[in-house]
Amino acid sequence: MHHNGVEDEEKWLAAGITGLQQNAFYMHRALDSSNLKDALKYSAQMLSELRTSRLSPQKYYELYMRAFDELRKLEIFFKEETKRGCSIVELYELVQHAGNILPRLYLLCTVGSVYIKSKEAPAKDILKDLVEMCRGIQHPLRGLFLRSYLSQVSRDKLPDLGSEYEGDAETVSDAVEFVLQNFTEMNKLWVRMQHQGPAREKEKREKERSELRDLVGKNLHVLSQIEGVDLDMYRETVLTRVLEQVVNCKDEIAQCYLMDCIIQVFPDEYHLQTLETLLGAFPQLQPSVDIKTVLSRLMDRLSNYAASSAEVLPEFFQVEAFAKLSNAIGKVIEAQDDMPVIGVVTLYSSLLTFTLQVHPDRLDFVDQILGACVTKLSGKGKLEDSKSRKQVVALLSAPLQKYNDIDIALKLSNYPHVMEYLDNGTKKEMASVIIQSIMKNKTLISNSEKVEALFELIKGLIKDLEGNLQSELDEEDFHEEQNSVARLIQMLHNDDPEEMLKIICTVKKHILAGGPKRLPFTVPPLIFNALKLIRRLQNRDENVAEEDTAATPKKIFQILNQIIEALSSVPVPEVAMRLYLQCAEAADDSDLEPVAYEFFTQAYLLYEEEISDSKAQVTAIHLIIGTLQRMHVFGVENRDTLTHKATGYSAKLLKKPDQCRAVYACSHLFWVDDQDSIKDGERVLLCLKRALRIANAAQQMANATRGSGGSVALFIEILNKYLYFFEKGVTQITVASVQSLIELITNEMQGENATPDPTADAFFASTLRFIQFQKDKGGAVGEKYEAIKV
Amino acid sequence: MNYILGAFKPACHISITFSDGKSRKQVPLKKENGQTAMVPLFQSQENISGKISIEPVSGKKVEHNGIKVELLGQIEMYFDRNNFYDFTSLVRELDVPGEIYERKTYPFEFSTVEMPYETYNGVNVRLRYILKVTISRGYAGSIVEYQDFVVRNYGPPPSINNSIKMEVGIEDCLHIEFEYNKSKYDLKDVIIGKIYFLLVRIKIKNMDLEIRRRESTGSGANTHVETETLAKFELMDGAPVRGESIPIRLFLSPYELTPTYRNINNKFSVKYYLNLVLVDEEDRRYFKQQEITMFRLGETS
Repeated sequence: MHHNGVEDEEKWLAAGITGLQQNAFYMHRALDSSNLKDALKYSAQMLSELRTSRLSPQKYYELYMRAFDELRKLEIFFKEETKRGCSIVELYELVQHAGNILPRLYLLCTVGSVYIKSKEAPAKDILKDLVEMCRGIQHPLRGLFLRSYLSQVSRDKLPDLGSEYEGDAETVSDAVEFVLQNFTEMNKLWVRMQHQGPAREKEKREKERSELRDLVGKNLHVLSQIEGVDLDMYRETVLTRVLEQVVNCKDEIAQCYLMDCIIQVFPDEYHLQTLETLLGAFPQLQPSVDIKTVLSRLMDRLSNYAASSAEVLPEFFQVEAFAKLSNAIGKVIEAQDDMPVIGVVTLYSSLLTFTLQVHPDRLDFVDQILGACVTKLSGKGKLEDSKSRKQVVALLSAPLQKYNDIDIALKLSNYPHVMEYLDNGTKKEMASVIIQSIMKNKTLISNSEKVEALFELIKGLIKDLEGNLQSELDEEDFHEEQNSVARLIQMLHNDDPEEMLKIICTVKKHILAGGPKRLPFTVPPLIFNALKLIRRLQNRDENVAEEDTAATPKKIFQILNQIIEALSSVPVPEVAMRLYLQCAEAADDSDLEPVAYEFFTQAYLLYEEEISDSKAQVTAIHLIIGTLQRMHVFGVENRDTLTHKATGYSAKLLKKPDQCRAVYACSHLFWVDDQDSIKDGERVLLCLKRALRIANAAQQMANATRGSGGSVALFIEILNKYLYFFEKGVTQITVASVQSLIELITNEMQGENATPDPTADAFFASTLRFIQFQKDKGGAVGEKYEAIKV
Repeated sequence: MNYILGAFKPACHISITFSDGKSRKQVPLKKENGQTAMVPLFQSQENISGKISIEPVSGKKVEHNGIKVELLGQIEMYFDRNNFYDFTSLVRELDVPGEIYERKTYPFEFSTVEMPYETYNGVNVRLRYILKVTISRGYAGSIVEYQDFVVRNYGPPPSINNSIKMEVGIEDCLHIEFEYNKSKYDLKDVIIGKIYFLLVRIKIKNMDLEIRRRESTGSGANTHVETETLAKFELMDGAPVRGESIPIRLFLSPYELTPTYRNINNKFSVKYYLNLVLVDEEDRRYFKQQEITMFRLGETS
């Protein structure tokens, strides 16, 4: 027969409550008039409502709670009755006359509670009788609630040590025995629920069962509260018996819940001292039990316990907790052949956490765990599901977090092996974790072996991994990743140049394998790190440098050259060119003319062959000019060649204004303040004149194409160059030339075709103001400027 | 019929009092009209003595042909009304024929009366003890007065009292083993026992222990058997599994039981049975009935 579930249930519950309340009303009347006979009659009728089979556990609980409240009143009444002279023994018999068993047993427990309190009989005898009589209820739900009631009324009446109900020498055993028995029976009822009712309602039943689990677990809690249960009793009786029940019940839900319960309710030191027994139960559980979670929670608890105080650590050593846990995990994994990878990894992860907490000094343990993990993972291929991958990341992150030092991880031989089982994405994720750890802790990776190992670990970021052809990766994420690698490269340092060179070479080896996409990110930091080394070498006492040392600037420059060359495969000529120039400047500092020349050559080649975008060319040419201007290592010939080239490039830029600007910038190549050899006023003037010509041409082009004069800005800029060199005392820059330029500009600005240009106006005005200012200064400068008329 | 006579205006009042009436224990006895009266309780071999006083109504004289008191033990079958079988009949003559003018009191005594059977009120049979006072009169019919009393006989506890232990079952369906601690119970006893489930393949809903009384009357072809369930006591709620052991503790005191009567005066027997009933979810009943012997234990005062 099918019932319309919820609605009907509400109706039945309501009916049950009504019936219960009605009888409770008559019961109250009987209580008020001290009518024992009626009190028993109506209370039994009231309790009959609990005989229903129609309610779900939740609804039944509601009904039960109402009955429970009424029974408290009845208990008080019974107590008063005994004070009025009614014999408790008679009362205990009287309630057993009830014909229906469920009301009878509720009443019996209620009177039993009063009986114990009266102390007319030893608590243990009454408790034993109650727990025995409760066997009459074999219906799981009703039985669970009845026994839960028994547990409730008896928990403050156990013959515990120090309790007022304490009995003879065996008193604690009696208390424990009672609770254990009730627990066992309750668990049996609970498990039995699983096997009753139609198979199609399995899910519903499991849900209902889980709603009831705390009723069963409560008993374990009561056990843990018994004062008299010391370690010996826990070991000999409590744990043994509880585990026996757990194992024998062969029920997945019960085993999982109760094992966890045991772990949660009993003290950590007990767990530690009975570890072997407790762990021994795990392989005996049903294969479907989620052992990993339970076992993990045990280890987590023990880890926390270990962390709570250093004083408890010796206990861990004494019982060889690590070996036992490790062994147990091995056995469980062996016993549960089809345990998913996630389970395996979770277990090892928890064990690792435990080890880090308890044996921070035992790296070998850590490595051992990782090794065991590798063994289990081997042959399974890459991890497929994201959960287990996450777990592996957690596993691998734990040592990093604990030691805050990647060095430790690098010492673990199995660490990279575990990583092997990650898919590429997760490998990268793990690599990021590692790099972040290094960043956070500012860990110094100080020798090439470590760098080698580290790069092996993070190779997910360093190079394309096989089978990762489709770069589904977000551009932004990729940049983020590579930037972190770049930061990492910056972090590498060793005070010893030799070692540092080795590090550089190692990094080089790795990043060059990284493919064109990564090089633009990884090459620059390496170059700069190497340049830093070169600078250190320059500052070093010359004597220290021995002949046969590898770490000479020259050698390093060679390496740098190779590295930059690699960029050509990308290609990112702009970046490469900048780096060449950077190196050239460093070579300049090291007084290595040929090297510097070579770098310049490379830069020029790139400019000529690779940099074709005109905007990029403009930027590049200014960089070249700027760098070249600062070089002092070059002899006349080399310098001439380079400046000549630079000037040539400048004049060949596409846009006239760009040409103009580059050409006037070139003027600086011929006049360098602190270099007496470079003071060629003629060529300065030539450059500027050429610039003027170009500016003119630009002006005309603008006229021709747009019908209006272009900006005079270029002229003003050139005027400023004139003034600069004028002030520097370049004799070829005469007052007259300045003067005529000013006039030219003025004319241009007032000419018919002039386009109003406030920016240029302001620029020109401030230039004139500058001249005036210099005049006003007086002295040598003022004198010089005096001749210029504004 | 005798009572109907009482409906006529009686000529005199007859009252029967027992010599230890004040101190003697009184027990309830269900009368024919359904009411319960308190009557004195005796046992076999006791002396039954007292006084009978006769008081004529308002000065009338009562002429009689003699007055006697009888102690009768009767068995009355309901299907055979008005036929009493007196298994005990003792007579004491109280007065020779004469006339009574005023209240007159006669002491009487039946000493060490043999009353082997107990008072019993069954479905089809009644065993009663009465004192019957008869004032014999020639023409107007005799004046008769009755006084019921109850007889209960106590015995010592049986020297042999084995437990009842039995394994029963339906093949491949249900096997149980049950045990009652005794086979003979006194009326205020407690039945202690347990049921052990050896095999359970049916879905049991609950299990009751019943106390049944089997009263058989008559003999041969005329035997009437009447069975009553005096107690229905739930032992178990729900379906047990193999290996469960369910306790039994049934107090007998709340039930109106009598001792077991075997072939009382060749007229009737009353036997008691414990009936263990298992009901499955389809309301099928599986039961096993076991006779127990009830006895009345001498009350310790």
